[in-house]
Amino acid sequence: MRPFHYDKPATATDAVTNFRPGAQYFAGGTTMVDLMKLDVMKPARLIDISGLEKGRYDFIKWSGKSLRIGALTPMTKLADDDKVRARVPMLSDALWLAASPQIRNMARIGGNVLQRTRCPYFRDTSYEQCNKRKPGSGCAALDGGVTRHHAVLGTSDKCIATYPGDFAQALVALDAVVEILGEDGPRSLRFADLHVLPEARPDRETTLAPSDLIIAFSIEDADFPRSKYLKIRDRESYAYALASTASALRMDGNTIADVRLGLGGVATTPWRAREAEAALRGGPATEAQFARAADIAFAGASTTDENAFKVELGKRTMVRSLLETARMEG
Amino acid sequence: MAQDYTPVPAAKENMGQPIARYEALQKVTGAKIYADDLPVPGRPAYAWMVTSGIAKGRITSIDDSAALAVPGVQMVMTHENRPPLGDAKTFSSGGLAITELAPLAGPEVHHDGQPVALIVADTFEAAREASFKLKIAYTEDTPTATFGSPGATQKNLKEVNPSFEPIRFNDAGAALAGSAHTIDSEYYTPIQHHNAIELFSTTAYWDGPRLVLHEPSQFVWGLKNAAAEQLQTDSETVRIKSPFVGGAFGSKAAMTHRTALAAMASKQLGRPVKLVAMRDQGFTHSGHRQETRQRVRLGCDASGKLTGYDHTQWEFTARTTPYSNGGLEKTAAMYDFKAVKSDNYVVQGDRNVPTFMRSPAEVPTVYALEAAMNELAAEAGIDPVEFRKMNDTRVDPVKGVPYTSRSLNQCLDAAAERFGWSRRNPQPRSMRQGEWLIGWGCSMAMYPTQMSPSTARVTLKRNGTASIEVAAHDVGTGCYTIAAQAAGERLGIDPTRISVQMGDSRLPPGPVSGGSISTASVTSAVANACDRLNERLGLPADATADQRRAAIAAMSMPELDATGSWFPAELDQKAVDALYEGGVRIVGGSTDKRAMYAFGAEMVEVRINERTREVRVPRIVGAFAAGHIMNPRTAHSQYLGGLIWGIGSALHESTEIDHKRARYTNDNIAEYLIPVNADIGEVDIIMVPEVDDEINVLGVKGIGELANVGTPAAITDAIWHATGIRIRDLPVRIEKLL
Repeated sequence: MRPFHYDKPATATDAVTNFRPGAQYFAGGTTMVDLMKLDVMKPARLIDISGLEKGRYDFIKWSGKSLRIGALTPMTKLADDDKVRARVPMLSDALWLAASPQIRNMARIGGNVLQRTRCPYFRDTSYEQCNKRKPGSGCAALDGGVTRHHAVLGTSDKCIATYPGDFAQALVALDAVVEILGEDGPRSLRFADLHVLPEARPDRETTLAPSDLIIAFSIEDADFPRSKYLKIRDRESYAYALASTASALRMDGNTIADVRLGLGGVATTPWRAREAEAALRGGPATEAQFARAADIAFAGASTTDENAFKVELGKRTMVRSLLETARMEG
Repeated sequence: MAQDYTPVPAAKENMGQPIARYEALQKVTGAKIYADDLPVPGRPAYAWMVTSGIAKGRITSIDDSAALAVPGVQMVMTHENRPPLGDAKTFSSGGLAITELAPLAGPEVHHDGQPVALIVADTFEAAREASFKLKIAYTEDTPTATFGSPGATQKNLKEVNPSFEPIRFNDAGAALAGSAHTIDSEYYTPIQHHNAIELFSTTAYWDGPRLVLHEPSQFVWGLKNAAAEQLQTDSETVRIKSPFVGGAFGSKAAMTHRTALAAMASKQLGRPVKLVAMRDQGFTHSGHRQETRQRVRLGCDASGKLTGYDHTQWEFTARTTPYSNGGLEKTAAMYDFKAVKSDNYVVQGDRNVPTFMRSPAEVPTVYALEAAMNELAAEAGIDPVEFRKMNDTRVDPVKGVPYTSRSLNQCLDAAAERFGWSRRNPQPRSMRQGEWLIGWGCSMAMYPTQMSPSTARVTLKRNGTASIEVAAHDVGTGCYTIAAQAAGERLGIDPTRISVQMGDSRLPPGPVSGGSISTASVTSAVANACDRLNERLGLPADATADQRRAAIAAMSMPELDATGSWFPAELDQKAVDALYEGGVRIVGGSTDKRAMYAFGAEMVEVRINERTREVRVPRIVGAFAAGHIMNPRTAHSQYLGGLIWGIGSALHESTEIDHKRARYTNDNIAEYLIPVNADIGEVDIIMVPEVDDEINVLGVKGIGELANVGTPAAITDAIWHATGIRIRDLPVRIEKLL
């Protein structure tokens, strides 16, 4: 491991105002420490935010149907919260189905949404080509590499690395807002605008400045008891999604009054299937309608020989998730 | 709360007591000492192995100035400055080296992950930091990754292994042509890696001319001799300490580059050196199970009696060392075939050398045979369990030698009864629950009973205790406990009053712990030593426990010891002598005298989501017969692990390879998938009593590699039964079922 400085500021304001170039925040460290060992991330300074202001950013607060969650809340705590499980099960599901118990205990939800891709060519510095790790160096995956796990939506000719997370699919579906403390003070950002498509610069993954600190997520309307997260993977637990769907429905009799769809395992960023939602809204909750929406959601897919199956699997996962959501009590 | 643990299995006929292994508490509390935990004299230095990031090419320059400038760095060893080394023979040439390529032999790179430099520093962190600063430049050639890659070259196995003979038993082609039902199928099995939790570690230190190596090993006497050969020193001056092994499965049998690297570095620095290959390096440091392609043609007559069997295997191996498992002489012995033809080829590319992996030959070849048996049974319209029973045999049809014992039919009956097999509707897609398709499948499991010469010293003390010394190895199987049970039975002493030492090359030599030979071989030598002690005590073979106690209490000396030895009937005393030079003599399967195999039957239920196609295994039943069972508890544990491994082999395990770069990409245990707890439902194990008086002293057949054989064929058949889809390449991933 390369030598680095270690800071443990007392407050969020200290953390942000004393931030220096080359520094990196960390709380659970479950992605970053791995990547430091692999020499993929080489921060000169680590800023440990795990204990900021004695748990001030570790909270779950409801106000009517609005939900606000502190960025330092451990995954396990949010996943296990009774009210969250009852009112918006999709959020809890997405956390339970992620990682392992040990990782869920360590990882905080602020860092969770910023986890890096599992693309093997990004994670192993002995590969010369990786536009995400070394801008302009090429893409080993697109140049004859192993691509079974790679994305089919939101890709570019520079990068097809999959966004690996689960929780973010629920956040993007719920129109969450990210609360940020930056050098110029607090501000907020739509979660949907946090991550950026790889396009020509896959090394740029978010719209955050290096010193920006995520302090909370807020969801204005988190009252979706009829919601779930369905994750399809190669084994029953502790595996990344091949395809996943965060789905939520609000019914008005037999008519879909509101629907939310976040897709995981198939895209380069947390993925909201807005056009599919629009096709469903105001219509009946039938399998035929769900299948039509799934075709719309994957209409823009771009595939390789190895990951082409994700289009079919992604559609089937979305249909199944919607069918199961429709059967829930709402 | 429901008790959800497996109860201790009771001893049935011809079984020893189900005692808990001695070290159980220490293991579950983390107190047990493994090779890398052993103390060393003085402050050790830490090594980092730098490995190539290309699979084929040549090092053109090395600049180590920045690496050497990192505070604490003591040395950078490369091919340009490493001390001379002797040749080390590979396993197939009577040695123990995994590869014919010597460590840091020269600038040529032959495979991904080849060690190209060793950095040694006062701390691990300094060595690691220096590794980022070592500049190695290469010229790169286009490598050959796997089957179908440009540059792959094929040879008949006979060209690289003169003792191999293709089988030509009667006219298989004619027999197939005249068959009422035939199938002709091609199968693929993937690259797999052992991924033991304990990493590949070596700690080396010198005391004058004497070298001590702390290294997890499946063969300490072999490693001692092989290390001496490579380091050009007297084997009497080399000692290997490996008290427990934290998982091996074949990956810690051969000697890898790290042994000589650590020893050379320690000699130069005059202090202990610790070297650990990291998880990703482990994928290329030791070997793997090589990928295979197989074609099977199989026929039966109108009544379901097997006729011709034609099996060809292609194994993908390394250009440097064409390691092969073969195995088709064993599948040819399994049923009452009237004609058999088999051929085996190796295909070479720019890869690291494969090695033994739990049931090396049997996992791929029995999968193909048993998948073909299931397909032919379906073709002929016969129940697959019945089909196997009606084609049972008492002799190896090709060699014409009798089985010493064979209880496949009893296993099939026992498993079928427990599973409820008679309720199976043979029609595919006939069973479902909601949106889950249900399928049932079956397979035979088999493993050749293999044995090796062994020695053992047993010391009897007047206070009624005893001790056993043998350089055998506990790779997690309970070998210490079983050795004590063997002596206990023979000496009339409670096994808990017998201490056992293993895993040290100072002890009397035992066999390599591979090929499931340890229990049969070690207990035979222990029994022989006990018989000698009984003789010296003047006890008849049928002495009562009271007579024994009286004789021990009346001993004139405080203790009495005897060194016993044993070799299987096919060998002679010379094979025992060879043990002292690290030689390996393994006898098993079909010899020219007899056929020796353990058998099992496995039945499995799968559930497959009709829409998203994930496969789940809610229950599996395995029934096994393997002669005298020394300890039903440790045996149960081996079968349990084997069945779970078999499920993983069918559905999860596969090393992905970049076809352009000939490099493994999922080289970590987050993405190299094995089953997690949630993947495993009910696992039901039946031990079918079997007596085999002929096979060895205690009538023991090795079981460590039995239960994971055949499982993938049972699972793929269950998948066919559920969906109507035949999958012939493993593992079965979702995309194959969409």
